[in-house]
Amino acid sequence: MDPLMLDGNAVAGLLQEVFCGDMTTAVGTCSNCGASEPIGAVHCFRGAGIVLRCPHCNDALITIVSSNTDIRLSLSGVRTLWVGR
Amino acid sequence: MAGTAVLGRLTWQPAEVVDVISETPRTKTIVFNVPDWPGHQAGQHVDVRLTAEDGYVAERSYSIASAPDGSRLELTVERLDDGEVSPYLTDELRPGDRIELRGPVGGYFVWTPSQGGPVLLVGGGSGVVPLMAMIRARAAAGSETEMRLLYSSRSWDEIIYRDELGRLAGNDLTVAHTLTRSQPAGWAGYARRVDAEMLNKVAPRPEERPHMYACGPTPFVETAAEALVQLGYDPRRIKTERFGPTGG
Repeated sequence: MDPLMLDGNAVAGLLQEVFCGDMTTAVGTCSNCGASEPIGAVHCFRGAGIVLRCPHCNDALITIVSSNTDIRLSLSGVRTLWVGR
Repeated sequence: MAGTAVLGRLTWQPAEVVDVISETPRTKTIVFNVPDWPGHQAGQHVDVRLTAEDGYVAERSYSIASAPDGSRLELTVERLDDGEVSPYLTDELRPGDRIELRGPVGGYFVWTPSQGGPVLLVGGGSGVVPLMAMIRARAAAGSETEMRLLYSSRSWDEIIYRDELGRLAGNDLTVAHTLTRSQPAGWAGYARRVDAEMLNKVAPRPEERPHMYACGPTPFVETAAEALVQLGYDPRRIKTERFGPTGG
């Protein structure tokens, strides 16, 4: 277990900036293993960028690179995203 | 600040410091007045943004400590010696100063009195902050929901909100402390890290289907969550919020 690991709650503000709504309660399904978890419960690693990983298979779900001027978001590891209204 | 009225839209807003309260040698509560604060739920946090004169920007996320209360907002911040933001917040801020914040953010790690209980709260160090917001929200609502807090601190002097927790306990709120590094003379509470045996004693039974919240440093949260699963609690009802040593 990596002591620097956080969870999806840590990027709530950043994701809300992009999606204009709370995404920590949105449920993502992992493209690799098919497990579904609320984004608040997935693992989060911060380095030069941010990687959200599936807590079941550890595959990358979402990667985020942000600067003062823009945000680049890759969702390649998420098969579906279920967002409550 | 018309933007704050748009659903889900997140905008930076000015927050004025109205008070700074020393909680422990390393933590302070900063009380803000945020004129356009839209309200929050216990467990949510805010992003704080500091901008240096040269334009350098540092952002951090902090849990809200207070129950919803109009435009008043409290953050309890632990000073991390090598942190970029926390030493400024704890050492430099004075009443009348302004910073920028946005929020509330995060709807996952929240509890509202209407959710009911029983509720198990497991906090390590400053991980108690969002749990305290839940305890305060319960008290503010006059709720009698059964709530149990297991709170791990290094020492007696490092227990954040110690007096207030003592006052609020009772009426189906129970508070159990464990002190992991040093204990005062005659200490009758727990004196080790949180483990399955301790959780088994403190927590409501699994059949009662408690709502469970664990917050603290990542290794603390992992240990608590794994122990709860091992004890037979439904993993889907265990919500976790981890913070790392780089949170500063």
